[in-house]
Amino acid sequence: MTAFRHDVAVVGAGPAGMAAATAAAELGLDTVLFDEQPAPGGQIYRNVEANRDAGSGLAGLLGDDYVRGRRLAEAFRAGSAAYAPGTSVWEIEPDGTVGTLRDGRAALVRARRIVVSAGAMERPVPIPGWTLPGVMTAGAAQTLLKAADAIPDGPVVLAGSGPLHYLVAWQLVSAGAEIRAILDTTPRANTRAALAQLPGALGQLAQIRKGRRWIAGIRAAGVRFVRHVSALAAVGTDRLDAVDYEADGRKERIETPLLLLHQGVVPNNQLADSIDCARRWDNVQACWHTQADAWGATSVDTVAVAGDCAGIGGALAAEHRGRLAGIDAAARLGKIDAGTRDRLSREPLAALRRLAGLRRFLDTLYAPAAPFLSPRDEVVVCRCEGVTAGELRDVAAHGCMGPNQAKAFTRAGMGPCQGRMCGLAVANVIAGARGRPVAEIGAFRVRPPVKPLTVGQLADLEGVSRDIASLDAMPTRPGDEAGETA
Amino acid sequence: MTTGDVLIIGGGLHGCSAALHLARRGLKPVILEKDWPGRHASGVNAGGVRTLLRDPAEIPLALAARRMWHAIGELVDDDCGYKTVGQVAIAENDAEYDRLKARAGTVRQLGFDHEELIDRAALRSMVPSLARHCVGGLAVREDGFASPYHTSLAFRRKALALGARLFEDAEAERIDRVGENWRIAAGGQTFEAPVLVNAAGAWAGEWAARLGDTVSFRHILPMMMVTERVPPLVEPVVIASGRPLSLKQMPNGTVVMGGGYLGFGDLRTGRNRTDFNGLQKSAATVAELFPALHSARIVRSWAGFEGRMADDIPVIGPSAAAPDAFHAFGFSGHGFQLAPIVGRILADLITTGETDLPIRPFSANRFAA
Repeated sequence: MTAFRHDVAVVGAGPAGMAAATAAAELGLDTVLFDEQPAPGGQIYRNVEANRDAGSGLAGLLGDDYVRGRRLAEAFRAGSAAYAPGTSVWEIEPDGTVGTLRDGRAALVRARRIVVSAGAMERPVPIPGWTLPGVMTAGAAQTLLKAADAIPDGPVVLAGSGPLHYLVAWQLVSAGAEIRAILDTTPRANTRAALAQLPGALGQLAQIRKGRRWIAGIRAAGVRFVRHVSALAAVGTDRLDAVDYEADGRKERIETPLLLLHQGVVPNNQLADSIDCARRWDNVQACWHTQADAWGATSVDTVAVAGDCAGIGGALAAEHRGRLAGIDAAARLGKIDAGTRDRLSREPLAALRRLAGLRRFLDTLYAPAAPFLSPRDEVVVCRCEGVTAGELRDVAAHGCMGPNQAKAFTRAGMGPCQGRMCGLAVANVIAGARGRPVAEIGAFRVRPPVKPLTVGQLADLEGVSRDIASLDAMPTRPGDEAGETA
Repeated sequence: MTTGDVLIIGGGLHGCSAALHLARRGLKPVILEKDWPGRHASGVNAGGVRTLLRDPAEIPLALAARRMWHAIGELVDDDCGYKTVGQVAIAENDAEYDRLKARAGTVRQLGFDHEELIDRAALRSMVPSLARHCVGGLAVREDGFASPYHTSLAFRRKALALGARLFEDAEAERIDRVGENWRIAAGGQTFEAPVLVNAAGAWAGEWAARLGDTVSFRHILPMMMVTERVPPLVEPVVIASGRPLSLKQMPNGTVVMGGGYLGFGDLRTGRNRTDFNGLQKSAATVAELFPALHSARIVRSWAGFEGRMADDIPVIGPSAAAPDAFHAFGFSGHGFQLAPIVGRILADLITTGETDLPIRPFSANRFAA
């Protein structure tokens, strides 16, 4: 086993990761932050340092929240944490080992504590035709907007629900994209249920108003906005031609070369899952949460999670969750005592409590409609291997108990994405078919490497220990040597 | 209480094969599986169907099993993904070649002619993508590979179709001899039958001990990796003879690599992890032997619980200590190919008290001092 090189390794430079690394370094820990992007910010604050001029240009368009990220990036840059940009983390181990890949060089490094702040990913939206060229996610369009200042050069339809759906719509309207329609799939029942949660969210009225402003801005621009959309389908043969839907009991079709789908975001919990951190199914968010205490400590005692990768809380919460994980690391590694930890934690914990009401309101309002979680039989669920919901229901009826068996029955989840895209839908479909809760059905076991690594890169892996166990090479096995007989 | 003729602990490939052969002979086997069939070694192994480089004691069984593999559809109504693509052990230098040559002589002396020594040119035509430094090899062209989980599923389905019963999530907790019967408490139920089969894989050592047999057993976790789909590269299964490696390309283009290094696991929880310190060695070997795979992306690594005997050959046959109890475990990383015949051997022993295959080397009491 190799020696410890750092006190803390933080994975991901979004709001949680930046805050965790800044806090840990501030409290005297030798800290390193690994991140895939060339600059800090994560998905939510992508390219935040480059899009500098607040109130004008892209930064103005992307809103105050985006500018908020700059303060975090500045604090992180000013601190003593080491920063490894352009570095993917393809595995972590309970002994503190982190597998990294930077500029094509793979290495194993060890830290006394790992903070995983890998953020969120968009929930894949399996509808009929979703694999056609011309169908992408709203988040992917936003990434292009943030990183390359690029907007679609033809007409576009957005279909979905949730804050990012409206934000991207508003950003595209403001940036001058030609939007044919915005189809809102939020079910009527969600609005009613969310009203009950509204009192708890009133402390964060500014956030709710911001959402209203996006929607108002979209409508003011004269863009067609259709509510209570269902039966969404992408239509086309070789590529997208149109989108079909139902609203107010009528079937409609809109021709479009580009459809942007969005049904909220879900935790990117691959790293925590890969080392069997305990998790629980969250019914409202319809996804797995890594089980963690208030400081993000998981069931694996060397590993903490912070931010959306442990359960969706949003960027503001992520910042506080990251700070708490950094403070806790300092306490666990002996840099501060328990009293100091609790004193330093007071403010971020209070901030999280204030944000919790808003989160419940948003989760309830934007909970995905049932067909997005468990699509109809003919819909492809695993796009890598082309497995439909109907095939999964069929094997479930023939004794397949859960996602890990479904792999072997159907190859679902065994393609290049390793179930990252289809995992939730596969579990939902099987749970539905078997009439059991998803919590009982379970999830794909995550096997490293969780990020691409080539044979050559692994062959040249740096930092490996020589202390390994193996079966003997075949011919040296007893009885196989020349001259011996049975 | 559920009763039957034979209680089988373990619903893996060997447990299901025994059930299948017993059911064919009209008996009522009951399989007790603590997870689900194929959860561990049976479903996640390399799928090698290899008579090549077998321990001499295993050769008669492996050759008998091979005949069954060549007609596997007749046994289980399913092709199990089996392909006769050949297997070849390669020599990377003259010393390794000399050892393979001596091995070929030994096997011929024993009266078998399935292993074929091949020179550099023959190796080259068999595996054109192999690195140039390889000097020759030992091949069995009638060997091949199958799809492990697919195979486990096929054996399970056929066994059940013939009348065997399977209880999943039924971990055997307690075993008692009650009169002429074995009684097992598993998964909250009670099972009883006059005959017991221990096919519990990595957990079988514990059951052997409970029956009073002293065997030199431990569990291991052989590791595997698989690449993304790549263009056709290699047809036969390739084994390195001087270092740990087994490599094959599946029909869908993915390349599966394994054959030596071990991961970690906890028998109690069934959880396991791979060790990249070992996988690095495998990757380095692959990169040297197959330069074309250098840029292939690895999409997954895994390990599976397996039982290993001190002498690397399994225990097959009656318990030395307990009456009407039989073992099939400790396959030491090469039990997949043997499964069709070992099930038949157990059915022979249980129904007639004897078998026509030489199983004395696999006795449960061979470790007794």
